[in-house]
Amino acid sequence: MSVIVPASLNDALQALARSPHATLLAGGTDLMVELNGGHRQVSEVVALARVAELRTWHHDPVAGVLHIGAGVTYAEIADEPIASWVPALAQAARTVGSPQIRHAATIGGNLGTCSPAGDGLPVLAALDATVHLASAAGARDLPLAEFMVAPKRTARLPGELITGVTVPVLGGWQGYSKVGVRNAMVIAVASVALVTDTVTESVRLALGSVGPTVLRCPDAERFAREHVDFEHRRVAAEALQRFVELARDEARPIDDHRSTAAYRRHAVGVLAGRLLRRAFPNE
Amino acid sequence: MSDPAGTDLGSNQAYVLHVNGQGRDVRDAWLGESLLFVLRERLGLMGSKGACEQGECGSCSVLVDGALVCSCLVLAAAAQGQQIVTIEGVAPVGSPSDVQQAFVDAGAVQCGFCTPGLIMATHSLLERSPEPTEMEIREELSGNICRCTGYGRIIDAVQRVAVARRSQVAP
Amino acid sequence: MAASATASRPDGVAKVQGTFAFSSDLTADGFLWGATLRSPHPHARITGIDVSGAWRIPGVEAVVTAADVPGKATYGLISSDQPVFASDVVRYVGEPVAAVAADHPDTCRRALAAIVVEYELLAPLVDPQRAVDGTHPSIHPDGNVVRHQRIVRGDQTIDGPVVVEGTYHLGMQDQAFLGLEAALAVPDSGGDGVELFVATQWLHEDQKQIAACLGFPAHKVRLTLGGVGGAFGAREDISLQVHTCLLALRTGRPVRMAYSREESFLGHVHRHPCTIWMRHHAELDGRIRRIEARFVFDGGAYASTSSAVLINAVTHAQGPYKCDNATVDGWAVRTNNPPCGAMRGFGVVQACFAHEGQMDRLAAAVGSDPVSIRLLNAMQTGDHLITGQVIQNVAPVARCIQETAALPLPDQPVGGHDANPLRLPGGSGLTADVGHVRRGIGWGVAIKNLMYSEAFDDYSTARVRLADGVAFVKFATSEVGQGFVTIAGQIARSVLGVDEVVLEPIDTTIGSAGSTSASRQTWMSGGAVDGACRLVRERLFERVGTAHGVDPLRLAIDGSDVVDTGGTLRVPVGLASAGVVIEQTFEHHHRPTEDLDEMGQGNCHTAFAFVAHRAVVDVDLELGLVKVVQIATAQDVGRALNPLSVVGQIEGGIAQGVGLAVMEEIIQEGGHVRNASFTDYLLPTFLDMPDVVISLIEEPDPMAPLGAKGVGEPPTISSTPAVVAAIRDALGKDLWRVPVRPADICL
Repeated sequence: MSVIVPASLNDALQALARSPHATLLAGGTDLMVELNGGHRQVSEVVALARVAELRTWHHDPVAGVLHIGAGVTYAEIADEPIASWVPALAQAARTVGSPQIRHAATIGGNLGTCSPAGDGLPVLAALDATVHLASAAGARDLPLAEFMVAPKRTARLPGELITGVTVPVLGGWQGYSKVGVRNAMVIAVASVALVTDTVTESVRLALGSVGPTVLRCPDAERFAREHVDFEHRRVAAEALQRFVELARDEARPIDDHRSTAAYRRHAVGVLAGRLLRRAFPNE
Repeated sequence: MSDPAGTDLGSNQAYVLHVNGQGRDVRDAWLGESLLFVLRERLGLMGSKGACEQGECGSCSVLVDGALVCSCLVLAAAAQGQQIVTIEGVAPVGSPSDVQQAFVDAGAVQCGFCTPGLIMATHSLLERSPEPTEMEIREELSGNICRCTGYGRIIDAVQRVAVARRSQVAP
Repeated sequence: MAASATASRPDGVAKVQGTFAFSSDLTADGFLWGATLRSPHPHARITGIDVSGAWRIPGVEAVVTAADVPGKATYGLISSDQPVFASDVVRYVGEPVAAVAADHPDTCRRALAAIVVEYELLAPLVDPQRAVDGTHPSIHPDGNVVRHQRIVRGDQTIDGPVVVEGTYHLGMQDQAFLGLEAALAVPDSGGDGVELFVATQWLHEDQKQIAACLGFPAHKVRLTLGGVGGAFGAREDISLQVHTCLLALRTGRPVRMAYSREESFLGHVHRHPCTIWMRHHAELDGRIRRIEARFVFDGGAYASTSSAVLINAVTHAQGPYKCDNATVDGWAVRTNNPPCGAMRGFGVVQACFAHEGQMDRLAAAVGSDPVSIRLLNAMQTGDHLITGQVIQNVAPVARCIQETAALPLPDQPVGGHDANPLRLPGGSGLTADVGHVRRGIGWGVAIKNLMYSEAFDDYSTARVRLADGVAFVKFATSEVGQGFVTIAGQIARSVLGVDEVVLEPIDTTIGSAGSTSASRQTWMSGGAVDGACRLVRERLFERVGTAHGVDPLRLAIDGSDVVDTGGTLRVPVGLASAGVVIEQTFEHHHRPTEDLDEMGQGNCHTAFAFVAHRAVVDVDLELGLVKVVQIATAQDVGRALNPLSVVGQIEGGIAQGVGLAVMEEIIQEGGHVRNASFTDYLLPTFLDMPDVVISLIEEPDPMAPLGAKGVGEPPTISSTPAVVAAIRDALGKDLWRVPVRPADICL
């Protein structure tokens, strides 16, 4: 086994060019669990903790976007100033594991693992985030929807590295809700991110832990757009109920040891309805 | 490796960790070992405890470059160049820190297995937030599982330290 | 003892500084790592084991299987029915099949993977009811029923006028101590003995079982307690002890074994899952006339303590309530599920969940309320149990209920004055707003037997040596975190008037202390230390009396002096004991108990303690999420020798009761555990534990050597039904299963 600890992005990309199938190590909160448990054998590891370029974020107020480096931790995302720009992402960040986990776990690692229960992913999906990938040969961008392929499978190619993600900084209300059977340090049984955009007057909804990857809800979003009143922050009770049903219909949950498909479907409906009500408090 | 600041370790090469202010050589290690394993089994620092191996209990908490993390989730070989502080680095043996003494006095220790991790987490919390509310204490320590105490006496211990420190800085 | 009641733990500073040596911290020069190969199947015949692959891996120093066990092939606490290694049949997922010793844990991992075991799969017995019915072939030579016990008392024809009945189910709870199973075995040179450092609840019982399996006389296996990171019942059975010793003897080198968390879930016994049916017959005012009950305990593959757990359950079926007539039937059965045995509360947790559910049904049926119905039926000293045994202990049941009721309710409304979302159900998941949440209040009251039962000769040994004003105290009592080491010092200081107490190593070079379980060590080992100290004090008084011409009977300890109660003599203990050594050993035995007869009659228990719990919960009715807000409790402790330790036991016990109520369950499918990790077996965090308000009821028990009752188990027992009752109260819907899952509430 070998471990490479590059100190710059260029070095990391060169290392990956030599060993395109090397295992990437970011915060360690997923990979080390598998190594400790003997559930995974690795021969080459490229550890990214010291790649300074990945650990920065950049807010561009003119373009109205926030670029977050892949190595930015969830502790940083939960905190100001990022929390003001993307509050839903900060809320999700605050539910990731424990304080210890949040100090280590990175948004790039969350993307790379691509678990349907990854807390950051529903928010990134609802924000229509762009994922940035780089290799020694060059860089490319992918919409998140194309980046996530299947449970724990992404469009990242051998030799590529996730360098960051870009999300819009929007004016409207946004929020994240997550059900787990404990009040802290718990994996999502069901989660929902809802993002509103006051400029386009759109509502975007994404569901976590109820499908092979994070799911967007186009029918519910279309319906919401037609039935909410952005000016008065209003949605009628019947419309909200229909929104709940449409969200539920989008879910493709399974039964497992953490919960049942029936409960997950129910829960994402409840959460979607509650988030819509928080966004549009008036009836 | 082209960049001298970076490192490239082949199989079982030696590396250096900076632990409690000292450079420590790690030799003949399997490179898949966690920082927790290396601290305990190669450097003889048994104070950090392993209870879950997946970051779900906090017993192995240490500081890496000032951040409280689970040492079981840190690949030791990748932690070169970072400043690591363990429970052994908190206070000299026999001269407990204020947090350590408060845990003893408040009855916050029973079996004691979670205690070193909680001591690290409490020092880290009080560093960032010298007068935490009860809810803040609960949230900030929620990554540290204790199976014996039900947490009540631990919260009391943390509050005692906050009060004592405040009275020390008061005019 | 009042002067030293605030004593803090003698191991406290070492524990907070990380220098306290837990069993997993112990090491020795030239040691090897040991690891265990386990069955992946719940029930299968072993048709072949090929270990040659493991031997070919560099660094592997030993590979052992059943064929290498030199002594008895099996062990067990009550019946010796569990193989050291499976040889012909595996009966649960995780059953040990082989073990290896090698130079590194990763080498061990590869060696285990290289052992080829051929299995022929057999139909697993996973439904305990089929073991009761006899509809599944025997999965063990001892049969599928571990024990069946009836209790038949009084008039069996009583029917009504008020009848309430229900069926209750409890899932499998794990003790989940933090300090994983770990041991260090050091072989004697020549290999005719071994020294084992291990975290256990009962050194001498381990010694007996290990020696038998190794084919040694007991004295060739010497045990020293390695620091214990919690126990809660899970260290009563043998786990890695024999394997570690065997590997050390095989290799002639020290061997360390340390379980992973996943292995720990498979490698120790759990709390029995249980289905209970109960029917109560009562007067129109709610007075209980007769109870009927049927218990089925799933003991898993091996007997462990199942038979004793069953007896505790059936004999506590009435709860802390008067009842003259009873018809109870209980089974503890064998299945191909993980073995179950001791966990804090030991059978009474299961019984209490059912009888407390019944009390709430009864209150509803007669138009009463949870407090009144319990006060109406509360038992007191002199009442009979359904076994015919008379309660001779202090029995302040009514006082427990009344003092609990008098404790303040939470001063925070739903969501708190600070509107902190972390106070709401769902916590950091930000799932609920205040309007989604309803508050409920529920009750639980319990009776718990203390010490061992059914004619067991239960005793503890202590030796005290007084020399130059210092007391050296020796016992084999397992300190598992409960704080016996603290009160042992308190007792020695107060009885002998010494300032300095040295606690000697906890090992098998003294007589047995019995198990640290059954809430028994304060009473039993406390009694033993007290007894030994008193014998030493008698000798000391004789010396002082002789030296000063005073009748020793007039001497007493006052602070740190020996004083003449009828005169002016005052001699410091340090001076009085200068240059002499007084050593005394004392065994404390509790009063004898009896076996139950066929009708379940007999004085089978030693003593009892009582407790009440009131839970306040906030429930998100739509999502089924729960936040336990407060537990109020008044507990019958006899006498609180160290109030801070008692509070710690109460709060910690409640945490485990809350865990069982709302989150803790080992989930199985066809004998396979699906959540053997702390990611998926959820324990309460800081944000899940409620505020706990406590009233200690101190009525010193004349039967107890120090007036003090054991306090460890009662907090775990009735806190669970109290929480569930509170959820029912918020919900207005039946819930008769723990842990309560979100879907149980909202779907």
